[in-house]
Amino acid sequence: MKKLIVLFTATAIIVSSLAGCAGKNSVSDAEKVYVYNWGEYIDPEVIDMFTEETGIEVVYDEFETNEIMYPKVASGGVSYDVVCPSDYMIEHMIQEDLLAELNYDNIPNIANIDETYLEQSKQFDPENKYSVPYCWGTVGILYNKTMVDEPIDSWSVLWDEKYKDNILMQDSVRDAFAVALKSLGYSLNSTDELELNEAKDLLIQQKPLVQAYVIDQVRDKMIGNEAALGVIYSGEANYTQKENSDLVYVVPKEGTNVWIDSWVIPKNAEHKENAEAFINFLCRADIALKNFEYITYSTPNKAARELIEDDALKNSIALFPDADTLKNCETFKYLGADNDELYSTLWNEVKSN
Amino acid sequence: MNKKLLSAPYLLWAVSFIIIPLIMIFYYGLTDKSGGFTFSNILEISTSINVKALLLSLLLSLISTLICLLLAYPLAMILNNLNVNQNSFVVLIFILPMWMNFLLRTLAWQTLLEKTGVINNALAFFHLPSLNIINTPYAIVLGMVYNFLPFMVLPIYNILIKIDPNVINAARDLGANGLQTFCKVILPLSWPGVISGITMVFVPSLTTFVISDLLGGSKILLIGNVIEQKFTQANNWNVGSGLSLVLMIFILVSMAILSKYDKDGEGLI
Repeated sequence: MKKLIVLFTATAIIVSSLAGCAGKNSVSDAEKVYVYNWGEYIDPEVIDMFTEETGIEVVYDEFETNEIMYPKVASGGVSYDVVCPSDYMIEHMIQEDLLAELNYDNIPNIANIDETYLEQSKQFDPENKYSVPYCWGTVGILYNKTMVDEPIDSWSVLWDEKYKDNILMQDSVRDAFAVALKSLGYSLNSTDELELNEAKDLLIQQKPLVQAYVIDQVRDKMIGNEAALGVIYSGEANYTQKENSDLVYVVPKEGTNVWIDSWVIPKNAEHKENAEAFINFLCRADIALKNFEYITYSTPNKAARELIEDDALKNSIALFPDADTLKNCETFKYLGADNDELYSTLWNEVKSN
Repeated sequence: MNKKLLSAPYLLWAVSFIIIPLIMIFYYGLTDKSGGFTFSNILEISTSINVKALLLSLLLSLISTLICLLLAYPLAMILNNLNVNQNSFVVLIFILPMWMNFLLRTLAWQTLLEKTGVINNALAFFHLPSLNIINTPYAIVLGMVYNFLPFMVLPIYNILIKIDPNVINAARDLGANGLQTFCKVILPLSWPGVISGITMVFVPSLTTFVISDLLGGSKILLIGNVIEQKFTQANNWNVGSGLSLVLMIFILVSMAILSKYDKDGEGLI
C-alpha cells in the first residue's frame, strides 16, 4: 500500500510540474505565435522572414488530416493561435463555436485575395468572418498519356476494365465517395442513404480494378509509371508534370470537389494579434508568391498570381481552371456526426469487400 | 527500501505509460459518447465487417507465425552449432536490419515489390515472368514474416544454447538416432522458447495496421486498420477502444498459454 502511495505522489508531482511549465510558458511568451498547418504547406523561409520583420517567434506544428487536427484544437489541450483547416472542417468548427472572429483592421492585405474565393468561402463561412483563403484546388484525374488510348474527360474511365491494376484511388472517405457520387450525377455532399449506397456499390465494383488506395504516395507512384490513372489534388499536377512529362491532369466533366484551405484563429488563441499579423504577412503578394512556388498549390492571391513570371504556370488550366470547368464543382460541407459515421461505415464495407 | 527506490523509475514509467493509458482504453471502451456505461462498443466486433477483418487478421498472423517458426527453428539450430566467433557474427548480421526503423524497412519492401520495382526490373532483365504480389495478402504475410522473424529466432536460439550438450550426448549414447534425439530431447527442452517466439510474432502480426496499409495498398482491411480508422478518421474513440479490448482478449489468451509453458520465463530475452 505504501508503495502505491509513493507512486501516486510521484506521478502527481511530475504531472503537476509539467502543467506548471506549460502555465509559465504562456505568460513569458508574449512575442510568439503558435501555428498549426498541413505538412509541407509553407516555405520555411517565409517563417524566418516573418520573425525577422516582426520579431514574433513562430512555433510551428504540422498535421496530416483535418480529422487529426480537429480533436487537438477542440479539446483545448494545446492552444494554437492560427490553424489552416479545409472548408468543411471550418464549417464544423464554426458550428462548434471554436473560432474567433477576425479583426480585418489587422489584415489589410486581405485586399490581395481575389473576390471569387471570398465568395466561394461563403459556402462554409457565410459572412467571411472567420477565415482567410490560403490555398485552393480541385480533385481530378492524373493520367499517363503513354498508357491510355482515349482522351480522358470523365470519371467513368476509373471503372474501365482495361485499366485493371492501373488505377490509384484516394484513401480517404470523402474523396473516394465524391468520385463515385459525382460520376453518378449526385451531389458530393449527399446524405441520401439510397444515393450513398449506390455510390458504395460503385466503389465495391471498382475495387478489383484498383491497384491501391493511397494518399500522398499517388504522386510518387504516378511519377514512377506505376499506374496509368490516379485521383489526385490539382496542386500536385504541376510538380508531377515537371518530374514526368507524360503526366496530364484533368478535371472530369461531371464535376468534382473544389476545396479551399483557409487560415482561422481558434477561440482559445492566446496571441490573437500575432496570429492576425501572421495571416496578414501571408497575404502579402511577394510572400504568397514565394509560398506558391514552394507548395505549387493554386493561390487565391490575385496580386501574387500577377507576379508569376512563367506564363505557362500563370495560365495553367490545371492550377487555375476557368469558370466553365468549375460549373459542376462543389465544395465539401460538414455533414454532421451521424452522416460522418454513415460514410465511414460504408467506406469500411468497401474496404472489407 | 533501497531496492524499492531503484524500482521507482520503472514503476513511475509503468504507471504513466502503461496503467493509465490502459485505464483510459477501458474507460472509453465501456462508455458511449455521452459517458454512460455500455457494452455496445465491444459488441461492435460482431458486425460482419469487423468479424471478417478479425478472421482475416487471425488467418494472416497464423500463417506468418507458422512460416516464421519453420524458418527460425533450423536457423536457431545452425546458430547454436556454430563456434562462438562465428555465431556472434551471424547473430549480428541477423540483428543488423533491426537497427533501422521498421517503417523504413517496410517502405523499402514496397519499392522492391512494385510493378516497376527493383525485383520486377531484375526479373524482366532476365526475361523471367514478373512477380505481382504487391497489394495482395501475400505481400502482407511477407512483410510480417520479414519484420517479426528475429522475434522468433532469438528466443529459440536463447533456449537452445542453454541445453546441456551432455543431455544430447547421453541420448545418443543410449541409442537414440538423430531424429529421436530431436523429437524426444531437443524439441521438448526448447518448447518454452518456441512458445515465447510464437507469442512475440503472433501478437504484433495480429494487431499491425502499418504493414497492411503499406504492402496491401489499403485494399485489405485487417482488424488493426479498423481500429486505426476509428481513431484517426471516424473520430470515434469509444468504438476504437472497445475493439481494442476485444483484441486484448486474444493477446491475454496467448500470454496465458505462454506462462503455462514457460514458467521460468526462460524463453524470454
